[in-house]
Amino acid sequence: MATAAVRLNRRTLGLRRALAPIAEARGFPRGMLWTGTGMTLLFVLLAIFAPVLSPYGFDQYQANGHRFDQLARPGHGHILGTTVQSTDVLSRIVWGAQTELEVVGLALAFGLVIGVPLGLVSGYFGGPFDRVAVLFMDAMFAFPPLLLAIVIAFLLGNSVSSGVLVAALAITIVYIPQYFRVVRNHVISVREEPYVEAARALGAKPFTILRRYVFFNVVQNVPVIATLNAADAVLTLTALGFLGYGVQPSQGAEWGYDVSRAVSDAASGIWWTGLFPGLAIVMLVTGLTLLGEGLNETINPVLRRRSIRRVDFAAPSMDAGAELLDS
Amino acid sequence: MSEPVLAVRNLRLWYGTPRGSVRAVDGVSLEIGAGEVLGLVGESGCGKSTLGRGILGLLPEGARADGEVLYKGRNLVAMSPRELRRMRGPDLGLIFQEPMTRLDPLMRIEDHFRETLEQHEPKLTDHDIRRRSLDTLGRMGIPPTRYRQYPHEFSGGMRQRIMIALALVLHPSLLVADEPTTSLDVIVEAQILRILADLKESFGTALLLITHNLGIIAEACDRVAVMYAGQIVEEGDARDVFAEPKHPYTRELLRSTISLETQELHSIPGAPPNLITPPTGCHFHPRCPDVMRVCAARDPIETAPEPGRRVLCWLHGPDSEIPEGGEAPLERGRIAVAEEA
Amino acid sequence: MTDYAEPLVSLHGLKTYYSIRGSFLDRLVGRTGAAVRAVDDVSLDLRKGEVLGLVGESGSGKTTLGRTLLGLVPATEGSIVFEGRDITGLREHDLRELRRRMQIVFQDPHASLNPAMTIGQSIGHPLQIHGITNREEAQARVAEVMERVGLAPVEQYVDKYPSDLSGGQKQRAVIARAIILNPVLLVADEPVSMLDMSVRAKILELMLALKHDFDLTYLYITHDLATAKFFCDRIAIMYLGRIVEIGPSEAIYEDPKHPYTQALLRAIPEPDPRRTIPRDLPRGEVPDASRPPLGCSFHPRCPKAFEVCGWEARDLKELLERRWAGLDEAGFEAEREAVGPVGELDVPATHVRLAAHGSAHGADLGSLLERARAADPAEPFWTGVRRIAAENGALEVDWHEPVEPRLLPAGEVEVECHLYDESALSEAARRRESAIPE
Repeated sequence: MATAAVRLNRRTLGLRRALAPIAEARGFPRGMLWTGTGMTLLFVLLAIFAPVLSPYGFDQYQANGHRFDQLARPGHGHILGTTVQSTDVLSRIVWGAQTELEVVGLALAFGLVIGVPLGLVSGYFGGPFDRVAVLFMDAMFAFPPLLLAIVIAFLLGNSVSSGVLVAALAITIVYIPQYFRVVRNHVISVREEPYVEAARALGAKPFTILRRYVFFNVVQNVPVIATLNAADAVLTLTALGFLGYGVQPSQGAEWGYDVSRAVSDAASGIWWTGLFPGLAIVMLVTGLTLLGEGLNETINPVLRRRSIRRVDFAAPSMDAGAELLDS
Repeated sequence: MSEPVLAVRNLRLWYGTPRGSVRAVDGVSLEIGAGEVLGLVGESGCGKSTLGRGILGLLPEGARADGEVLYKGRNLVAMSPRELRRMRGPDLGLIFQEPMTRLDPLMRIEDHFRETLEQHEPKLTDHDIRRRSLDTLGRMGIPPTRYRQYPHEFSGGMRQRIMIALALVLHPSLLVADEPTTSLDVIVEAQILRILADLKESFGTALLLITHNLGIIAEACDRVAVMYAGQIVEEGDARDVFAEPKHPYTRELLRSTISLETQELHSIPGAPPNLITPPTGCHFHPRCPDVMRVCAARDPIETAPEPGRRVLCWLHGPDSEIPEGGEAPLERGRIAVAEEA
Repeated sequence: MTDYAEPLVSLHGLKTYYSIRGSFLDRLVGRTGAAVRAVDDVSLDLRKGEVLGLVGESGSGKTTLGRTLLGLVPATEGSIVFEGRDITGLREHDLRELRRRMQIVFQDPHASLNPAMTIGQSIGHPLQIHGITNREEAQARVAEVMERVGLAPVEQYVDKYPSDLSGGQKQRAVIARAIILNPVLLVADEPVSMLDMSVRAKILELMLALKHDFDLTYLYITHDLATAKFFCDRIAIMYLGRIVEIGPSEAIYEDPKHPYTQALLRAIPEPDPRRTIPRDLPRGEVPDASRPPLGCSFHPRCPKAFEVCGWEARDLKELLERRWAGLDEAGFEAEREAVGPVGELDVPATHVRLAAHGSAHGADLGSLLERARAADPAEPFWTGVRRIAAENGALEVDWHEPVEPRLLPAGEVEVECHLYDESALSEAARRRESAIPE
């Protein structure tokens, strides 16, 4: 019988096959993919190891009994300077990374868990449920996303205590229609494929078909959409923070909030309170976008460019197997 | 014989891939005279489509060509892309397999013709364009009342006729038809073939008909070239080749074709080879029922067993090139049932 | 011991219509859209152990018939009796149990297998679906059936994905999946048409061997009469949703009765060096299934059509279009000006009033028709014309009323063609005699 190794091999076969195009990527897409991954990974590490990496707490304005200088220039003690509230800019960047990724991660998770199954069911079964769902989702699409997020954050802000959760929910609701739509459209085309009809002919129940025949074949685009949505979600979150919604200052550091505080500083020539949070936002969003686009170019079979090697018309050797004859 | 319209000499069309070069066309030579119909037959993966497009210079990125493609004496391989593009249409025509996907669904038939003619013969007046288009369409059996309809309003067979008309309206001297009837029903297929076969009378066009269907070749072509693994293994007058095939692959292919006369099923064991690393020596030797020892060791040399016929097979010599003991049959392991295609 | 007396499957008056959604305006006004009569009143019996071929071109309804039989497509009318039990209109839930007994092999091997499942998983999935969940038993069954279809050594193929296999290998896997539950009926929808010539024979051989080993009954759907001849015991020729000829294989091939069958046989390209392309094939193509011709659907293309076959205004439109394709531009323009928009003739009617346009009179139109007739007097269309009357501004044309064709015995086969229908022939003769002289 198959050994444990062979069985493990078998289980991971599908995953390895799915990831194979990434290993084969070349040129520009490869560059995008790895740059994006690197940049994103940097922030992920910052987020995870924030307690270790950050010199101070996110709202710490004193140490050893001394209050930090207000608006200190970048230099000794505070590499990136301090803000008007005497908090360390670097610490707030690092802790802010945690906030961003926490919120965006939650929002992604919620969005996928709700949007993808809805899209699957709606696309496969069609009928009145589908019509209503599409109507609803299109209506949500029609709202300017930021506006929608603000409204929801505002509404939830009173009932939900955790600012992180509020922000996550607001972003979730804005992005569910994306996952829904992408998955639903793909399901509709896959639904007509012969192998799905074959599954019906075998007598498979609809949910079995959805699970084993449809799901894996429509889900390839989801990582791309998810990553690009994450990039967008970061912007939405920071916009919420800029306006004072979502994560409250007492609950955690948030880059958007920092930028809003730094607006008044700029007039006085104080650049470090706004530049660094701003740069952090740009880098995280860029990293996620590069990752998403890189994935798209790599995994998407339409865009994927076959890697081409040069052709060498070396003269074919006539007697390649001449030795065979003399044996 | 007057100078051929198309003369291909030792053409090689290779694609580069990470695993090595795919030898889609590996040293092919052929000729087509004016008004002649040459059928290029082979199974999937033999390189016939690549050859058809390669002749017209329509190769995908990463493919390289080596050798000569002489169209009326001019080498197309050496031409610049711009010059080649100018020749496509008025000199070189191509008909594809799926007519629906090749016609622009947003343009009326009239617009298709106008675009083609305006681009290649700018001196024509609107009236001339209309007259010529209707004339060509009429020969294809498309009534003038449908000139202003859209492609989706036509059936598959009619769309193929429109494609042929589009290709012919410029009076090209060479037409390459790549599986023109494969997606059509059998009666429509026969209608289209009749049109293609009559081209020589109406237009004097040389036609390269690429297909996997031997029946079509037998009925519609003057000469036939049989392709296997990137090479032409046999070529000659269609009637002669079918009556007396000289290459084992041709013979086996004919035997495995199921027709109304078939009494018993026959197939060729094994599968077409990998074009990146084809078998050494003769590409067909692993599947050949008449294989000899020399076949696995040395590339076969083309011979002409009778005038007008070419064969790439050690069975037909040249004997002087076969080393001592090479003619003994080769021992081979049995090919597993499913290793065939 | 196979019992040939009781049919395994019995179809009676089966109809499968698809409704086409009309335009928005139509729906607003309440006009229902046209229906595509994919299967239009088909009755046949499939006996246990036989191979029945369903032959037709695209639009013939053969594929839809296969799917309706299996319950993959709902029947609009009629009945399907399988193993003595009426399964028409059964809900999916009840059909599921039956799926073990009737299976289907599809046409496109490249698309019939789930790209996300390995071959082993795909072939074994029916076992899972129907409750044979003991893993070891399932694995053994899968291995056994893979060996049987030639996908051996099993270890080499069981973990491969469909994209790793060739067309022939994939089709073997599809067949394995179809037989693993030991069905009694197998519907094969063009199982070899997408495979190379040298591979077809192998798959057909496999299917024949399986038939003997497992006592299978096949419904073999194809457009290729050559493989059908080899493979099938009985053949049914379909055209636009109806069976036009059905009978034992030899009878069909040796003495085809229906003009369509004759045309199909003539059109098959044969790799025979002595053959040339047949010149005498029916013109045109299979018509639009949502607007079938009146009477016999084949009549517009039939070289032997006559009075009762269903001539109508649309045939006149086609006649004029054919004529104009061959005229020079001046001639065409003149005639077209007189006739006006030819789309007005695009109605299924046996009477039409053709208005003369431009400076033409009814008489001009009349002479146009006469010229057309003189150009090709043997054209069957003219047998259907009952009366042509010219008025000042129009031309009235009447055709004989159609007689609906019926499937009737003729020798060893059954044919749906007026040429073999005594009552239709005598009706035609009667009409000829009482025809109004022009």
